Amino acid sequence: MGDSSDEEFQNSESWVFYRNRDDWKDVEPVEQEDGGEYPVVSISYTPKFKDVYDYLRGVMKIGEKSQRALDLTADAIALNAANYTVWQYRRDILKELKSDLAKELKYIEKVIQRHCKNYQVWHHRRVIVEWLQDSSKELKFTQGILVFDAKNYHAWQHRQWAIKTFGLYEGELEYVDSLLRDDIRNNSAWNQRYFVINNTIGFVDDVVSKEVEYVLEKIETVPLNESAWNYLKGLLLHDKGGLSNNVKVTTFCEDLYMSGNRSPFLLALIVDMCDERISNKAEDDKYNLKRASELCHELATTVDPIRCRYWEYMSTTISKKAGCESGEDAEGGDGPEEAAAAGASHDV
Amino acid sequence: MATSMVNEVKGDDSVPKELLLEKHVSFLREYGQNEDNFEYGITDYLRMSGVYWGLTALDLMGKLKELPENEIVEFVQKCQDPESGGISGCINHDPHLLHTVSAIQVLCIYDRLDAINVEGVIKYVKSLQKDDGSFTGDKWGEVDTRFSFCAVLTLSLLKRMDAIDVDKAVEFVESCMNFDGGFGSRPLSESHAGLIYCCVGFLSITQRLDIIKRDTLAWWLCERQLPSGGLNGRPEKLPDVCYSWWVLSSLSMLGRLHWIDFAALEKFIVSCQDSETGGFSDRPGDITDPYHTLFGLAALSLMGNGALKRVNPTYCMPQEVIDKLELKPQILN
Ligand SMILES: [Zn+2]
Repeated sequence: MGDSSDEEFQNSESWVFYRNRDDWKDVEPVEQEDGGEYPVVSISYTPKFKDVYDYLRGVMKIGEKSQRALDLTADAIALNAANYTVWQYRRDILKELKSDLAKELKYIEKVIQRHCKNYQVWHHRRVIVEWLQDSSKELKFTQGILVFDAKNYHAWQHRQWAIKTFGLYEGELEYVDSLLRDDIRNNSAWNQRYFVINNTIGFVDDVVSKEVEYVLEKIETVPLNESAWNYLKGLLLHDKGGLSNNVKVTTFCEDLYMSGNRSPFLLALIVDMCDERISNKAEDDKYNLKRASELCHELATTVDPIRCRYWEYMSTTISKKAGCESGEDAEGGDGPEEAAAAGASHDV
Repeated sequence: MATSMVNEVKGDDSVPKELLLEKHVSFLREYGQNEDNFEYGITDYLRMSGVYWGLTALDLMGKLKELPENEIVEFVQKCQDPESGGISGCINHDPHLLHTVSAIQVLCIYDRLDAINVEGVIKYVKSLQKDDGSFTGDKWGEVDTRFSFCAVLTLSLLKRMDAIDVDKAVEFVESCMNFDGGFGSRPLSESHAGLIYCCVGFLSITQRLDIIKRDTLAWWLCERQLPSGGLNGRPEKLPDVCYSWWVLSSLSMLGRLHWIDFAALEKFIVSCQDSETGGFSDRPGDITDPYHTLFGLAALSLMGNGALKRVNPTYCMPQEVIDKLELKPQILN
């Protein structure tokens, strides 16, 4: 509707119904059998939709696999790209006719550009690439889709499949880097970074160390960025010292905190560091119960009140680990009970 | 053009603030009868799921009788493929796991499993499991954790979990767990609230919630709540009513439902109703549909809305139906 790129498929003015086409007189259209006149399962179609699909059912019924049937599937797909039965029939025809698959790849490229959030179109592309055993266009193709929709789940899934299946890792980290320079909050790109490293060199010590530097640099420019902080935590899972013993990270966090920054993700990481030290029974003058309780209180009341219940929970959990039955003993009046009260008033 | 004007007219003051149950009942009852309903006209391939959405939504409102049971059961019957045993989205279409699960949910709500060939369904689901434990959605399709969930959802409703290799299936789902505690469609795919629901639901049915990094995941999930009160599905995405369900149900199975600010979320969901046509949309002012209507209502039910029946977080079906089937999906407390 109003989409000018539709014209190649169907210009409504020059459109001729299949039932009026001389070269289709030999095919008997088959009407959709549905639930009859019952509201939930009955279907209302536009005349054009009904015409195309009646003829499609007609050729499918007699199993006709011809060029005109292939063209008919394209008309049917243009009306509804999510109908997986039509796609499967199209593939049956392509096989039978031994069609030019390079041409099919071009066709599906156009369809995906118009319906990039649909499962069937991406699956079709994957099958064609598999048949061709030619993955040379996949990176550029998905890159083109990601220009318009940088977080398109299907495009990323297809890209990961192509990279993994055909070993196309070279240059991928550079590509991810360029995406992160465009949009530092692109969670899909951060995930792809993890995917590439995990499947190639792996998170060995010096990789972790380099990646920590990389992500800290990114966080420094935009501290309020969930994805980057998540990636940092993911990296530290591979750090033998855990969350709280990487000097680069602790120094960075302390400096950021001292500068007055109160990103909830910064505070959350420091809470997790305290949690880790307490769990390991490590005495520490920086990462201890008192600090954790204060931070949780700050998060629950001012920094991140919408999640106050989570922060109250963290505060209580850490207190229990430290051996205090109730939080009160440890941090006096500043404890989780007060935070809970603040949370309750926030809820109302 | 028209939509953006509607958005402008519908400022904060004009969005609904109360639950409009009567409107939703007539919206669902009449959906599809409307000749101008273009969206519905082109969606015959997912008619079966549409029936599940509409029926479950009506049942949650205590209005199951608004739809003609016998006709629906007959429709489901006609959608079963005698050869594979699978069930399709519409008569004469190819069977698919997504529609098979919807069909079984519908028949369980009606207590009419006798209407179809249950052994055929079991054979079909079994045929979709791959050597690595994963599932595809149909005989040609791709592997996706959604289908692992659909498979065990179907088989558990039929009490035939023994038909598949559950340990292998768990192994595959576990391999899709990410560093942030979430799950994606395949190993190392980005975490996504919809897929997290599928994986947590899968582990709830298979009684294996123990493999989840509970608090890490639950924090990630409650991070989905935005200042508007609504929930998104991934970092930096827009809120959407259907994510209210995926996130809330997952948190509910993890015993962390209360980490969400109910009042703020309720306000967002209620503002996504259309006070003229009835139904819920993804965001305030958009066109309503049965899909968002079900998930909007189900989310409100999980938050304890007294006007609705209790919904089961794992199955997205009325709790009374799950109780009657004597199913006990794992729920952490
Ligand atoms: Zn949605």
